Amino acid sequence: MIQYIIRRLLAAIPTLLVISFVIFAILDLAPSDPTGNLPMTVPSEVREKIRTSLGLDQPMHIRYYKWLVQFVVNEPLNILQHSFGVTVGDAENRTRILSWATRSPVIDLIVERTPQTLWVVGLSFLFGILIAIPIGIVQAYRQYSLFDQIGTFVAMLGFSVPTFFTGVVAIIVFSVQLKWFPMIYDTTLEITSWNNFVLQVKQMIMPVTVLAFYQASQLSRFMRAAILDNLNLDYVRTARSKGRSESAVLMIHVLRNSLIPIVTLIALGIPTIFGGAIITEQIFRVNGLGQLLIIAIEGADIPTVQTLTFLFAILIVLFNLIADVLYGMLDPRIRYD
Amino acid sequence: MQLANEKTPGMSDANSSKPLLRLKNVKQHFPITAGLLRRQAGMIKAVDGVDFDLMPQENLGLVGESGCGKTTLGRTILHLYRPTEGQILFKDVNLTQLKPSALRALRPKMQMIFQDPQDSLNPRMTVGSIIAEPLDEHSTLKGKDRSNRVEELLDAVGLNPRYTNRYPHEFSGGQRQRIGIARALGLNPEFIICDEPIAALDVSIQAQVVNLLEDLQEKLGLTYLFISHDLGMIRHISKRVAVMYLGKIVELGPAHELYSRSRHPYTKALLSAVPLHNPGREAKRERIILTGDVPSPANPPSGCPFRTRCPIAETRCANSMPQPKKLSLGHWVACHLVD
Repeated sequence: MIQYIIRRLLAAIPTLLVISFVIFAILDLAPSDPTGNLPMTVPSEVREKIRTSLGLDQPMHIRYYKWLVQFVVNEPLNILQHSFGVTVGDAENRTRILSWATRSPVIDLIVERTPQTLWVVGLSFLFGILIAIPIGIVQAYRQYSLFDQIGTFVAMLGFSVPTFFTGVVAIIVFSVQLKWFPMIYDTTLEITSWNNFVLQVKQMIMPVTVLAFYQASQLSRFMRAAILDNLNLDYVRTARSKGRSESAVLMIHVLRNSLIPIVTLIALGIPTIFGGAIITEQIFRVNGLGQLLIIAIEGADIPTVQTLTFLFAILIVLFNLIADVLYGMLDPRIRYD
Repeated sequence: MQLANEKTPGMSDANSSKPLLRLKNVKQHFPITAGLLRRQAGMIKAVDGVDFDLMPQENLGLVGESGCGKTTLGRTILHLYRPTEGQILFKDVNLTQLKPSALRALRPKMQMIFQDPQDSLNPRMTVGSIIAEPLDEHSTLKGKDRSNRVEELLDAVGLNPRYTNRYPHEFSGGQRQRIGIARALGLNPEFIICDEPIAALDVSIQAQVVNLLEDLQEKLGLTYLFISHDLGMIRHISKRVAVMYLGKIVELGPAHELYSRSRHPYTKALLSAVPLHNPGREAKRERIILTGDVPSPANPPSGCPFRTRCPIAETRCANSMPQPKKLSLGHWVACHLVD
């Protein structure tokens, strides 16, 4: 197993290098201009100077190499220095990946925005799972019952109606009409007292609910299908003939076998949490990673877009590996040697 | 087969000693739903009125072609399905009226060996835990005693007791069927339904498993209901044989009599399909070849279920269902044309 993981990790290195180059090439070859958002009054010589100061006069492969060194060597060393106080090499002259828009290190921006995303999107993912699994189980166990029919209808609604619609409806109903929850997510709110905690919970309810509804809709369908696949298998009948109670049959035999595809699905869904729910974050003004990415794209802030996209790529490759390993642990028929 | 009256139910001898299992007019109908609102459109009459008695330590063979309801009858007896109608008495306890918890308490006494040794074992449990699960549920065995019992069971079915930590997929088909047998034996059952236990195995392994089942019967005093479509194997293992067609038992009798002097036209046709070992005699053998397919159990023919394919059917066969007739001791047949 350890050998398999190491082999997979080694194989991931060339994959990620290719991915990073493809991302870089796409962004670089796209006709975007970091000075495009400046006022029309700024003369073209000044614009040219700005481009030079950003290093845009250098050839593409040089810029790719520089970014790669900054990402792979400089930033990890920097994190090492800040977290553990270990200084390796010349810390003073080490260049970092700087955002073209804010001139601050991209990693710092990401670190700043990660908690909001994790709280809102992560919690919604968690709630989505917690809702979807029991609903899927009951739906499958009582297939074609009224509960199943309603569940199917709601799930269909959940994943066919986009979050930018449900989100806006939620804002109109609960913020504008009923005035229960704030319309805008306030990131500066610090939880220092009970009151602030209540405020925090209140502002999280709507985005989390909208996203959790969407996640649960999809996941409950998978859960229902996975249970149905197993429910009529012969080993379930064997378990009943052993004289086990229905709940033991369902929870021990059926559920454990049905969870294999679900766990994989969940593991592969975790990178998308970090990716943030771009649209939902926009609607509720949660300044998380999704919003950072959107702003960076709009402002042609290529280092930020490049770094964020590549981080997502790393997470996806990593969680793919985790899903495969989990699969092997959950299903004894799968062996990695 | 309807009950003639309460005292002499169809196909059971009234003067027999106490049966272990008694079936009275057992029916298992499955609804067919169709259309937008999934209304009930009809009934699959998988088992349609079956009575017979099973004596302690007997081995009753149940034969019939695919889809005639053999397996459904087996599962219904164990109440893996609730019967639609009729009574199933196990040691004079009416199973149909038991609450689920009381039924579960009785499960150790009646077990089933399933047809498919691959799918009937949970792929994510080790062999040890598959066999130990009934012990956890119904016995007080713990720790060392429990693992000793599991090893004892594996040994009893001819498997290496060190295999407890392996998973089902690591075994061959014959070994898996032995695991299924060990699991069924775990709580010292009295009655085992063998649902085509050898159908999924190749011939060399079939003999081993059948011999194992026979040895266990002798050693542990088990009662078998042996479901199979292998007439030769049934002749070898069962003393009494029931022939099933379209959810009904058409003939039931002692094996030697049924194989030599079968009376029902369906039994005759079925037996004539068994090839002979001698190629010279096999070439000259006259076969009764049935035409047509088995009618749908959702829409069975009127009167005798076999009349649509029967070579000797008459008009009265379409009008009424033949009642079981007793030909000699323990030999029953349901056909108008048998006297």
